[in-house]
Amino acid sequence: MDNDSIATLIKKYFPEAVAGLNIFRDELTLIVKKNCIVDIARFLKENEELDFNFLSDICGVDRVETDDVFEVVYHLYSIQKNHRVRLKVSVPPDEPCIPTVTGVWRTADWHERETYDMFGIKFDGHPDLRKILTPEDFEGHPLRKDYPLDGRQPATLRDTYRKGEA
Amino acid sequence: MEKGRVGMGLESHLGDNILTTTLTTMVNWARKSSLWPMPFGLACCAIEMMAVVAPRYDLARFGAEVFRFSPRQSDLMIVAGTLTYKMASVARRIYDQMPEPKWVIAMGACAVSGGVYNTYSVVQGLDQVMPVDVYLPGCPPRPEALIHAIMEIQKKIEKESL
Amino acid sequence: MTETATTTTTHLMTINMGPQHPSTHGVLRLLLELDGEMIVKAVPHIGFLHRGVEKLAEYRTYHQCIPLTDRLDYVAPFSNNLAYALAVEKLLGIQVPERAQHIRVLLCELTRIASHLLWLATHALDIGAMTVFFYCFREREEIYDIFEIVSGARMHLSYIRIGGVSRDLPGEFLEKTHKFVTEFPTRLDEYETLLTDNPIWKKRTVGVGVISAEDAVDYGLSGPSLRGSGVNWDIRKSEPYSGYDKYHFTVPLGKKGDVYDRYRVRIEEMRQSNSIVRQALNILPRGDILARIPNVTLPPKEDVETNMESMISHFKLIMHGIRPPKGEVYSSIEAPKGELGFYIVSDGSSNPYRLKIRPPSFVNLEALPKMVEGRLLPDVVATIGSLDIVLGEIDR
Repeated sequence: MDNDSIATLIKKYFPEAVAGLNIFRDELTLIVKKNCIVDIARFLKENEELDFNFLSDICGVDRVETDDVFEVVYHLYSIQKNHRVRLKVSVPPDEPCIPTVTGVWRTADWHERETYDMFGIKFDGHPDLRKILTPEDFEGHPLRKDYPLDGRQPATLRDTYRKGEA
Repeated sequence: MEKGRVGMGLESHLGDNILTTTLTTMVNWARKSSLWPMPFGLACCAIEMMAVVAPRYDLARFGAEVFRFSPRQSDLMIVAGTLTYKMASVARRIYDQMPEPKWVIAMGACAVSGGVYNTYSVVQGLDQVMPVDVYLPGCPPRPEALIHAIMEIQKKIEKESL
Repeated sequence: MTETATTTTTHLMTINMGPQHPSTHGVLRLLLELDGEMIVKAVPHIGFLHRGVEKLAEYRTYHQCIPLTDRLDYVAPFSNNLAYALAVEKLLGIQVPERAQHIRVLLCELTRIASHLLWLATHALDIGAMTVFFYCFREREEIYDIFEIVSGARMHLSYIRIGGVSRDLPGEFLEKTHKFVTEFPTRLDEYETLLTDNPIWKKRTVGVGVISAEDAVDYGLSGPSLRGSGVNWDIRKSEPYSGYDKYHFTVPLGKKGDVYDRYRVRIEEMRQSNSIVRQALNILPRGDILARIPNVTLPPKEDVETNMESMISHFKLIMHGIRPPKGEVYSSIEAPKGELGFYIVSDGSSNPYRLKIRPPSFVNLEALPKMVEGRLLPDVVATIGSLDIVLGEIDR
């Protein structure tokens, strides 16, 4: 299906959930409201014409300086129909949380954990939301724009191995 | 008789079948010719380390055939790759588990000084965590460079006293 | 007299495998709960090689990110370069000249062969077939020689540029590559003789680490790990990039989704890659190796020295870098491990605003607990090997 048909079909079923769309370099992006994400995700997977059974990626983008939101971006692909779509959801920066889509695609598990680790966005209903890439005692969310590139943690290296802890 | 060694008058009576040397020389020769490396392969340099073991740049010629992954049975730890803060305590623990005498090669720019990655999660150099004997720069260093580093360790061992 | 009643209780044993372990293919930590030898629960812990590449990329120009991408999947560096360059070229909306496209395909397929050879070497070594390790490295050294002729480096090529490749192929490249593709099928036959019908190999791999096609898609598996379960999806066929639609090759599929099927799929992929390299050598056209677009690619040196506009263009590119339009793209390729995607958000400046890497091994590893629960401990080693994970790209 081409991008216009996909967009029309989704807007037909979810007229109030889709807050915007754009097509850039032949890629369709739909801007979706936060509370509708799980319903739209399930629809995209189960509808026979769309059949988005493969979740490629979930990531976060820090747009707090420019638009005062965090964005959570979902990249979907249909293996049978060979079409792609991108969903973007804006999340307020002071209490960033969004429902999880692990019920729709099992693979969302680790992607959401990584987004939580890097940006601090909480996924409600996630089976096991904990840090995945940074150490257990790491404080802060590194990919936020206000976190310095060479930020060092309060506990220094020597303290860690002097105490002899694992 | 080796150059630079003090000769003992005894030697002239012993004939050609007996050599004399010092205990230190013998022990050092044994240690340097049978270094058992423990590869602590973290990132890309581990692939070049594997290439050193492979047939073309065979490390077994130097007596380092046995790549023991167990710290208790090895004497040379080759840390190849980027050391992160999450991994640092593991590296230190493995180093502590090695029995004396032990030597460490920091292989690759990341192990030497953090490399390209001056970020929040990378330790800027292996020597922040453990004493290093030979630093081997490169990204990744060629297998010949690793062999050169091992030869430098061998030269270092030759000079050690018991 | 008091009687003490003794009660026996059973606890599950928790074993820690890694992060320093010969068979975890990098710094992976697995917490395994065992009931005797049977695995009840497996929890992977990653992040021991998290180097902050995505954050570092926000402080580098688009050009300077190319060497960072090399070091992600470090056994197949050129594919990462290609995936990134394709994403930036899509963002810029530029076309790459034909000769450059074919050179990229040639090197990408050689990289695929090198990656699969390393997979076979370490997988077989873990299971116990040490000879295969030495044989595969013999071939890999020949591929490294070819890479060294073309770019100067054995592993981290960084040969690609936005808009093409950095320099043309030197004379001896074609001869050496031709020699390699002629000899390689016989070498592959040697490995197959050692392993494919070997009863010990089959006992260790058939029926081990099974994942069904539905589960594989749900878990987001891609690449040979997905095709081993019978799902026919290869990005080189479905969304061809860099001129792949001009090549004839088949995509091997497995049936049961076990370790043995994934092994057969990758061996056959090596044969197909060899055939693609042979075709590329035959159809390599003459022409430019770098697109001539003033604000994106460096002009040729002789123009810079004689022509004023070229000199200004060269200066601006070196000082400010490429400035793509505002927007975002997601572009993915069929890397040796699966779907390698780059999501680039640009705000119009010379650094990416956000560079997200979609690593195939990260997603493939998520399926490990599913494949391994209910099996024995040695099967974990075989399954990790068959997933072909590289921690450099999992942790970034």
